[in-house]
Amino acid sequence: MNAYVGTSTSRVDGRAKVTGAAKYAGEFAADGLLHGFVVEATIARGRIARLDTSEALRVKGVVDVLTHAHRPPLADKDEAWKDEVAPEKGSPFRPLYDERIKFNGQPIALVVAEDWETAKFAATRVHVEYEQEGFATDLESERDKAEKVDQPHKPRGDAAGALTRAPVRHEADYVLPTEHHNPMELFATTAVWDGSGGLTVYDKTQGVQNVQKFLCSVFGKKPDEIRVISPYVGGAFGSGLRPQHQVVLATLAALALKRSVRVVLTRQQMYSLGYRPMTIERVALGAKPDGTLDAIAHEAIAVTSRYEDFSRNDTGWAEQLYKSPNSNFSHKLVDLDVSTPCDMRAPGAATGVCALECAMDELAVALKLDPVDLRLRCYSDRDQSEDLPYTSKQLRECYARGAEAFGWSRRNPAPRSMRDGKELVGWGMATGVWEALQMPVAVRIVLTANGHAEISCAASDIGTGTYTIVAQVAADALGLPIDNISVRLADSTLPQAPVEGGSWMAASSAHAVLRAAEEIREELARLAKAMPASPLADLDAANITLTDGMIASSDGRGAAVSIADVMRHSKLERIEREKLNQFAEDKSHARNTHSAVFAEVKIDEELGIIRVTRIVNAVAAGRILNTKTGRSQIMGGVVWGIGMALHEETVMDHRFGRIMNANIAEYHIPVNADVHDIDLIFVDEPDDRINRLGIKGLGEIGIVGVPAAIANAVYHATGKRIRRFPITLDKLLE
Amino acid sequence: MADLTIPERIPINLVVNGERRALEVVPWTTLLDALRDRLELTGTKKGCDHGQCGACTVLIDGRRVNSCLTLAVMTDGAEITTIEGLARDGALHPLQQAFIDHDAFQCGYCTPGQICSAAGLLAEGRARDADEIRELMSGNLCRCGAYPNIVAAIEQAMSRS
Amino acid sequence: MNNFQYSRASDVADAIRLLAADPGAKLIAGGTNLIDLMKENVERPSRLIDISRLPLRDIEETADGGLRVGALVPNSDLAYHPLIEQRYPLLASAILAGASAQLRNMASVGGNLMQRTRCAYFYDTATPCNKRSPGTGCSAIDGLNRNHAILGTSTSCIATNPSDMSVALAALGALVHIAGPSGQRTIALTDFHRLPEDKPHLDTNLGSGEIITAIELPPHGFARNYSYLKIRDRLSYAFALVSVAAALELEGNAIVEARLALGGVAHKPWRSLEAEAALRGQAATPDHFGRAADLLLQGATARSHNGFKIELARRAVVRALMQAASATPQSQAHKKIA
Repeated sequence: MNAYVGTSTSRVDGRAKVTGAAKYAGEFAADGLLHGFVVEATIARGRIARLDTSEALRVKGVVDVLTHAHRPPLADKDEAWKDEVAPEKGSPFRPLYDERIKFNGQPIALVVAEDWETAKFAATRVHVEYEQEGFATDLESERDKAEKVDQPHKPRGDAAGALTRAPVRHEADYVLPTEHHNPMELFATTAVWDGSGGLTVYDKTQGVQNVQKFLCSVFGKKPDEIRVISPYVGGAFGSGLRPQHQVVLATLAALALKRSVRVVLTRQQMYSLGYRPMTIERVALGAKPDGTLDAIAHEAIAVTSRYEDFSRNDTGWAEQLYKSPNSNFSHKLVDLDVSTPCDMRAPGAATGVCALECAMDELAVALKLDPVDLRLRCYSDRDQSEDLPYTSKQLRECYARGAEAFGWSRRNPAPRSMRDGKELVGWGMATGVWEALQMPVAVRIVLTANGHAEISCAASDIGTGTYTIVAQVAADALGLPIDNISVRLADSTLPQAPVEGGSWMAASSAHAVLRAAEEIREELARLAKAMPASPLADLDAANITLTDGMIASSDGRGAAVSIADVMRHSKLERIEREKLNQFAEDKSHARNTHSAVFAEVKIDEELGIIRVTRIVNAVAAGRILNTKTGRSQIMGGVVWGIGMALHEETVMDHRFGRIMNANIAEYHIPVNADVHDIDLIFVDEPDDRINRLGIKGLGEIGIVGVPAAIANAVYHATGKRIRRFPITLDKLLE
Repeated sequence: MADLTIPERIPINLVVNGERRALEVVPWTTLLDALRDRLELTGTKKGCDHGQCGACTVLIDGRRVNSCLTLAVMTDGAEITTIEGLARDGALHPLQQAFIDHDAFQCGYCTPGQICSAAGLLAEGRARDADEIRELMSGNLCRCGAYPNIVAAIEQAMSRS
Repeated sequence: MNNFQYSRASDVADAIRLLAADPGAKLIAGGTNLIDLMKENVERPSRLIDISRLPLRDIEETADGGLRVGALVPNSDLAYHPLIEQRYPLLASAILAGASAQLRNMASVGGNLMQRTRCAYFYDTATPCNKRSPGTGCSAIDGLNRNHAILGTSTSCIATNPSDMSVALAALGALVHIAGPSGQRTIALTDFHRLPEDKPHLDTNLGSGEIITAIELPPHGFARNYSYLKIRDRLSYAFALVSVAAALELEGNAIVEARLALGGVAHKPWRSLEAEAALRGQAATPDHFGRAADLLLQGATARSHNGFKIELARRAVVRALMQAASATPQSQAHKKIA
């Protein structure tokens, strides 16, 4: 039975979202709800010498002002503050813990009032004096203080030697700026006090159980005293993986005041949460004249905070993509007086592959080879790092299909050779790669006698489509129309799920649904066979399937009984099964998604104005559960890639250690007018090894490669190689 | 001695989604906060609170505006239409249906503002092609990157109206 | 936001009375900039005087064939008004290049003239800024100044005026009608905004207690040969790095009259009569346009990050004049630049 999986199915939560009925964390009501407003530090490093809340407390309607000196107890051990995605090394930031200032924008007080406007007003009447200390926030000036971190990619051969001997070499620094996620929803928490010490916490998060465990350990609560719910999340892109300031502050205030409290961060305050760290990527490639590689060396130098080491795999992606007998990868961190970076869409790959793919383009120019041709000449069928084959890798097909759809063969390789009136036209391409991860997830299915099923799981849907694909998989597995399926997600009391991230939730949740549905099917088969004069009596349970609301023989001879009849006859109102799905560990294969991105830019050279007129992104990511929501995910990634290439940059004044564009007017993300034709291709990639349904996940792969394809197109159009992102017009005019 | 007094509340009357609503507001209360916190109409979203994202777009007397930069007290007597007021008798507005059909959203947070903005755009009658839709919808940011689907959805609603 | 009182003015005289009664009071109409700045605690008025309901919404023809536009006409209504579209398309185009459809629906003509700089330091109360807190210093001069002024700067401020509409109004030679405690007066738009000098906290020459009642457009609208070319970091909904309002009156290929104003480069719309005079009587050629651009940009000074603006402005001026000359004005929706 396969009616929904693989189809273009509209979102099951679509109606709630287009009517305004979908409720986000800061929108839940509670009796006597109080509102908290955060006061932030305005220095980058030092200590609070004096924090005077007396004026704020005199404002009518203010209930309390919480500070490090005036708050309920908080855990004092680092372990208690380590959530499931906290960096291994370091001491997580603790809001309102003590007088130390670790970064500009750090929360230092929470004004709690009867309404939000009063809290915001009173926040201006909290007076702070600091003892400032020397600080550093500039990666480039502190570059020589970088220290190497452990990474899994071990050197192979002698990259340095091979580079010196290589007949054709390319080596350059690519600089990727700090970027902020800027989900449209402000970070918000509504902590609802139950009157007896327990809290229901509505939080903007990518992992309700992660937040629930974190709150219990930070506040010393028993698991049944805190419940975390997050039915809708207005985008997160990684920013909601770790519990953020507002959830600690709202919980703290609710416990302090024994009342329900909502805390919503301002857009500006969200810039003191995590971010994609600025990274200097040094890539060196050595090649033979025939376009085969002798050596790849990739070093990344990235920002982290002084209190945690955050790093991701920026450098190892060449191991997946390009055959080379010698390779060397290193990742270094510079500790600065800033908040800790965090995962942001395709962390590591978005930046590292951008540098690698720009470098490959430069090598293609040096070798006088077509950029696609170069990639095919060094195409790797194995993950060289562990010397493993892939469960599937249709990247060749991505190049072919993408190139065909784009019209790549009509490209004149010479820079500045293509024009459209006054505009220079540039065609560039790049490869994308991401991991196909899968995690343990549990799902509960409750099938009721009326032929409806409720699927529940603690997983989040951050706009990725989890509600919809869970409903699709369940509908198919249970043989029910999708309208008979209801899905409950993102409640910490529901069956186990990890944070929603890394592109792992589709495969992980879908297979958990399959497992639980299998148990339901077995139970129905047992009951059906036991019915008097059952047409299925002589069938083995394995030969019984669920389809169109019937329990039927799978041999097509038409023997069947309805689910409703069986349950009525068995005097059952409901059948409930909960299963944890764990994927068997398979170290014999590498698991990745791939893409080939082709970009067209048109550039007014005199004025430096770049228009991205066309993108083709051909993606190989196993089976696509829902072509409609799947396309949207890839499209979103492409739009992010446009932003990364041309617009996005968090700008800091290092004299103050302050972000000076902490808003979404001056931190530019693409607007509607920046986005034109985007052609998405899902390359057929059957994969019966990775998991039963052959699913790989789509959340990250859409962005990877896009910034490089655009940068390479800019080079092709203008002959100018911009290695410092974003490519703003002033850089073209230089 | 700092002035810490809260300004007095001022009574106002609004017609919100066809319904008369009387309330008293402190002058600093924006229409957005009045809708969300006082009238429990949380469909209108706060994405920046500074007129930079368009998530708070509502129609005042039929015109699309940013409710986050509108003081509620200044809208006394106005007719406000929010996302909750677009569907009639359970039937979705053509734009709402088109947004579902074209998957013109992911997380859904910018969606009410996009749809109200698009309703304003249709009423203005100034957008004649996709480029004009793009330009005139550029005041509504979508971080999920649904722009091409948003344009397609608006084109569908336009062709059917 | 600070605690402020609210009053609704019943007529212009009432608004002037209310202003006189409370030196900390500010007028509010569309509120798109003022509310934003109040939320940042940059503006802290003791009272808001709501003038949004005053009868200043008419667009009327003047005796000499120009137009008088009430100060409360929303930006979008002005841009889409048939008389503006027909006679002053440069103004319509400039308005539509700015902000978003929603903001243009809210923002009034008078408010647009009053909008304050987007300088990041002005907006951030944790940093020094002479415009926000006189005497504290200018953080931009030795700081992040990519968006900042290249013309008419002072040692105390290098902020720019962010308006698009004002740039077109400057080029068109618009007048500003003002009412105040001592009666009514009219000043040229080009004299309305001021340079920072040593008083950058003053954006305009509007006196305290005065209110803008209308702008007046002179008869000559340059409806045939004009262009508003705005250059910014994304293709819409961003402030100008450089913008150009260009208008020509041609006889054949000879320039009878020229108007030229720059946005995004100074504390006010930047116009140079000398540059315009240099074009008069010349052929409409890139060379002549380049010379005019050089005159317009005379004295331009680069800071650490905004040097690119000088050459960009020069090229944009030439291009906008070419567009004007060929009667192919820049579309604000179709982003390819002719």
